[in-house]
Amino acid sequence: MTWQKVGVPILAMAIFLALWELLVWANGWPNYKMASPSDLWPAFWKFRELFFVMGWDTLWRTVVGLMLAVVVGVGLGMVMGFSRVMRDALYPLLVGFNAIPKATVVPIVALMFVGQHDFNTILIAFMISFFPIAVSVSIGLSTLEPEYRDILRSLGASQITVFWKIALPKTLPEFFGALKVAVTLAFIGTNLMEIVSPHGRGLGALFDSGKTNSDYPLMFAVLIALAFLGIVLYYIVVALEKTFAGWAERSPT
Amino acid sequence: MTEALIDIKGVKHAYQTQAGPLPVLDGLDLSVPEGGFAAVVGPSGCGKSTLTRLIAGLMTPDAGEVWLHGQQVRGPKSTVGMAFQNPVLLEWRSILKNVMLPLEIVPTRLSRRQQEDRARKLLALVGLEGFEDKRPSELSGGMRQRASLCRALVHQPEVLILDEPFGALDAFTREDLWQTMHRLKAEEPFTAVLITHDLRESIFLADEIVVLSGRPAHTQYVMDVHLKGPRDLEHLYTRESADALNILRHQIQIAQGRAPETEAAE
Ligand SMILES: Nc1ncnc2c1ncn2[C@@H]1O[C@H](COP(=O)(O)OP(=O)(O)OP(=O)(O)O)[C@@H](O)[C@H]1O
Ligand SMILES: [Mg+2]
Repeated sequence: MTWQKVGVPILAMAIFLALWELLVWANGWPNYKMASPSDLWPAFWKFRELFFVMGWDTLWRTVVGLMLAVVVGVGLGMVMGFSRVMRDALYPLLVGFNAIPKATVVPIVALMFVGQHDFNTILIAFMISFFPIAVSVSIGLSTLEPEYRDILRSLGASQITVFWKIALPKTLPEFFGALKVAVTLAFIGTNLMEIVSPHGRGLGALFDSGKTNSDYPLMFAVLIALAFLGIVLYYIVVALEKTFAGWAERSPT
Repeated sequence: MTEALIDIKGVKHAYQTQAGPLPVLDGLDLSVPEGGFAAVVGPSGCGKSTLTRLIAGLMTPDAGEVWLHGQQVRGPKSTVGMAFQNPVLLEWRSILKNVMLPLEIVPTRLSRRQQEDRARKLLALVGLEGFEDKRPSELSGGMRQRASLCRALVHQPEVLILDEPFGALDAFTREDLWQTMHRLKAEEPFTAVLITHDLRESIFLADEIVVLSGRPAHTQYVMDVHLKGPRDLEHLYTRESADALNILRHQIQIAQGRAPETEAAE
């Protein structure tokens, strides 16, 4: 059972790397066209310290941006979930805001807050990821069946109590579904800022320096590192979901 | 000063909708003595659920008065317990924790231990002994409804409001639950108002049956059930029950506007 859970993904990854190596070798592609997996490790090892420093920068800024998105997203979701008027007012604004490609926002933010790299990066990670959280929380709250409210309201419970005891836990599965999307988005946001508006920090900047130095294996190694970090973040959210909303998972019997 | 535990006098209520006010209740009277069991029947959409929300204090009527135990209802009271067609159990809690939910809201003198004992006693009474630690998703529809009844009673409410709690169950499960209701009634001192679409159910459970007219609803007809206290399913097949069923069916037809009122005497 556990062997299957760990072994199968590892095996799948090994097969993927082997096919990749084979593809590059069979076509005789040079490094600038497509680096092969065997080139990646030396590239990583050469810059290993940079990888850890930059990876940490990317990681903490993504997580802070995401936490901000959770706080603001849940707040907006609550406001929209409980008030029809606020929902009608805020929804078009949010949709419009979400529709703007964030690549166009990056230079604007970079100009607005010149030199505040951490702040800028966190801001973009936040802006790109709060939308799904706000929408899912507002839908979860506004679709709560009135009977759920009534069993507590008829006993004299306040709106706040209804929220904590029923509305919030009932919305958790939707919230975590959105959080899984948001964590990936926040990660993209961080990298977007690091690459489009480089300031020498984060894996995005390392990727950019690989580009300027024509160090193709380095660029590919950064991609792999990004994928690795993305997977780690995603599964942290999955673990949180299991802990706090595991009840929503039906047993497969 | 009234003797009845539940006393509803000339209640009127309208909902504000986009198409203007929708009058739902218009001159509804209902009076249930302490320990009584009233069933309310009426055409679909006539305002029965609205009535339960008024008794529970979740809404206040536009006109008329709702009294519970000599006090006019102006807001929710913890002396009321409710159960609906949908059992609305919380999936993330065990059955025991679900039943104990009202005790987290209502001030109680019971210790934690006593609260749990009370919940366990009720669960045993409805035949759910051994299911205390299960999740709602592991129970059948009838069992969930039983748990929901326990939750409605755990804080020892004076008034139990049941809005078609057996409506979604199959016939056999429903009859089981009718008998469970009698068992609960014998042990617990509540006064009940049951909304139902099932005339046999009203005869089996209630001592007083109120027929509401079509929307906007007023009290059209009140029947005293000849049986008092616990009864067997066989009682449903006696001559008296058949007669009572006939009268009720006829009243419902009038309420639905399908029979002229003059025929009622036939
Ligand atoms: N919140 C509301 N706003 C506007 N109209 C409502 C609202 N709640 C109920 N109504 C309307 O009031 C009428 C009575 O509703 P109610 O739920 O009390 O009927 P009911 O007798 O319980 O119906 P049923 O037998 O189908 O359960 C219906 O026509 C319904 O559409
Ligand atoms: Mg109803």
